[in-house]
Amino acid sequence: MERHFDVSLRELKEQLVGMAGLVESAIDKATQALKTKDVGLLSHVHEIEKKVNHAHKAVDNSCLKLLALQQPLAADLRLIVAIIKINTDLERMGDQAENIAYNSERYIRGKELKPLIDLPIMADEVRSMVREALDSFVKSDEPLARDVLKRDDKVDALKNKIFRDVLEHLKGQPDLLEQGLSLILIARNLERIGDHATNIAEDVIFAVSGEDIRHSAKVETIKGAFNQK
Amino acid sequence: MKHSFTDYIYRSYRKRKVINAVMYVLLSIAVTLAIIPLLSVFGYVIVQGMPALNLEFFTGLPKPVGEIGGGMANALVGTCTLVLIASVVGVPWGIAVGLYLSEYGKDGRLSSIVRFCADMLASIPSIIVGLFVYALVVLPMKRFSALAGGLALGLLMIPTVSRTTEELLKMVPNHIREAGLALGLPRWKVILWIVLKGSRGPITTGIMLSIARIAGETAPLLFTAFNNRFWQSGLDQPISSLPVQIYTYAISPYDDWHRQAWAGAFVLVLLVFMINIITRLIFAATIRKRQES
Amino acid sequence: MSSVLVVRKLNAWFGHTQALKEISMEFEQNSVTAIIGPSGCGKSTFIRCMNRLHEEVPEARASGEVFLEGKNIYLPEVDPVAIRRKIGMVFQKPNPFPSLSVFDNVAVGLKLAGVKRSAVLKEAVERSLILAALWDEVKDGLHSPGTSLSGGQQQRLCIARALAVEPSVLLMDEPTSALDPISTAKIEELMTELKKAVTIVIVTHNMQQAARISDKTGFFLLGELIECGDTSQIFTAPKDKHTERYITGRFG
Repeated sequence: MERHFDVSLRELKEQLVGMAGLVESAIDKATQALKTKDVGLLSHVHEIEKKVNHAHKAVDNSCLKLLALQQPLAADLRLIVAIIKINTDLERMGDQAENIAYNSERYIRGKELKPLIDLPIMADEVRSMVREALDSFVKSDEPLARDVLKRDDKVDALKNKIFRDVLEHLKGQPDLLEQGLSLILIARNLERIGDHATNIAEDVIFAVSGEDIRHSAKVETIKGAFNQK
Repeated sequence: MKHSFTDYIYRSYRKRKVINAVMYVLLSIAVTLAIIPLLSVFGYVIVQGMPALNLEFFTGLPKPVGEIGGGMANALVGTCTLVLIASVVGVPWGIAVGLYLSEYGKDGRLSSIVRFCADMLASIPSIIVGLFVYALVVLPMKRFSALAGGLALGLLMIPTVSRTTEELLKMVPNHIREAGLALGLPRWKVILWIVLKGSRGPITTGIMLSIARIAGETAPLLFTAFNNRFWQSGLDQPISSLPVQIYTYAISPYDDWHRQAWAGAFVLVLLVFMINIITRLIFAATIRKRQES
Repeated sequence: MSSVLVVRKLNAWFGHTQALKEISMEFEQNSVTAIIGPSGCGKSTFIRCMNRLHEEVPEARASGEVFLEGKNIYLPEVDPVAIRRKIGMVFQKPNPFPSLSVFDNVAVGLKLAGVKRSAVLKEAVERSLILAALWDEVKDGLHSPGTSLSGGQQQRLCIARALAVEPSVLLMDEPTSALDPISTAKIEELMTELKKAVTIVIVTHNMQQAARISDKTGFFLLGELIECGDTSQIFTAPKDKHTERYITGRFG
């Protein structure tokens, strides 16, 4: 028999999933626009961002209420704490998607610096990571969440490759510096989205098993090897 | 639908009012009928007895047959003595039995037997108890005595005191006893100092009421304390008592003695009445005091 | 930190019904341990075995070992009455002794144990009432009847009464379940000070209370100890599925 509290939890999860859907759609449209050079898509991204910000506040509010009124314990408590954190990551992802939109707009209006090869691949990889992370949340699937963590390396490697590529091309066309900068920034945005996806995966693992694997030795050494921030 | 329902309620309301009133009248009649015997006995005793009271009644000894005057001073003192002896026998004994039944015996076979015996003792005609004490004490002692009379009355007290004690102790909730045990006190200390002490008031009331009852017992005294026209000379001597003296005078042919018998009856009734009222008043006052503070 | 109370393979029966099965637990000195579980799980029976009050019920018996400060209290030569001076108990319903004043209520354990000197008694009463956070409220009315206090005050009076005989362990059987929220909060507050003086074992059916006041928690189910551990761990990430279900309110 579903209790009143279980209904509230289910509705909260659905609220978060709805917001995640919006964020995924924003990332999709922003990366799509860069490929197809469709400036119209970018205005959609801006609209979606507004909804995401609204949902961000709504989810936090729901969580606060549930904590105060139901005094949840154990797995219920961990779930709500994880949702609060995932909420923040999603909102940042939305911000990054909007940044991609701005940077893409700028690049499209200017002269093409180089054919886009790796950026679309990186975008696909990041989108897939996000999908997997959100899936692991919906299904409370811990192994799936751990998978997401492994893919972060690949995304970082792609980012570094794109950096080197753009720098190479700029040597030959120094006047297209701003264009190069836009591409580098887009790569950076995508990499940040990947980071947020791994955060979501870590939160899912905490909610399901109670294990807090953030800042563990393995993750740190990998970050260090690629000179991340 | 609704209309006729309200109608029904209203109509049945009137019928209920009538039934209420009729019942009330019937009950009032019943109550009055119940009080009438009590009031008439009281009234008659007062009317007959009060004029016969004089100082001599309270101070003088019975005069020899044929002489007018005298009093029941020795009978008054005698009743007090007998009640005292009875209490010494009956109160500790009765409390002990009540304590056992409530604290130790709860389900055992022995306690069922004990309870049964106590109930039997309460139902035996008091004259039989008197005969029992006659056989047990008077015959071996070869004389009537105050001790025998007190013993007989004491035995009569036991069932009442025991029943009162048992009931009152049962009203003490079990977790009070457990709290006492939890302090590291042995069970007997818990019972005596906490459970029993806490029911002091009601148990005293019970004792006073059973005293009021035995003060007026006549039959058992007939073969135990007998009677004594003079002051008591020792506890092993026959002793006068108010009920026996009243009986003796009442069956005599002398008018003056009849008069004195009425006076005695009046004093006895007054005594029992007073004990009852005072005990209840004191008890109510202690309860009120406890609630206020 | 040593264990002041160690329970090893404790079993308890009411007639033929087994109420506790092979319970083993340790209680650290100056800690508060909460015992939680659904009704009928044996938690009250468990603490009543700690002070050997369980065997006072007809047809009740217990087996196993309970070590108080190293000595097994279930050995045949041990006097249960003496044990109960070292392991005190506070009950669910506040039960000050009737017709005794506040002072007498607190002093009665000592008085009936033979302590007569009034200076000693006065000091003990004051000390106990201070520990029970009741001194300030009753110091001017020590001779009013124990029953004239409010419910919450009466319960603190019972705590003082139990403390007066200076036990090492204080057992509490749902001490606040009959009280209003403010009295409950006062009693919960005093536990943090109280545990410096005695080791506390508290049975409670209020999960949030167990979470608030205890250092360790034990979960009982159908006479068995299912899980026992640090309170913070039990309430954030319990190891056993049954514990998880009970704590989140999904049964019991």
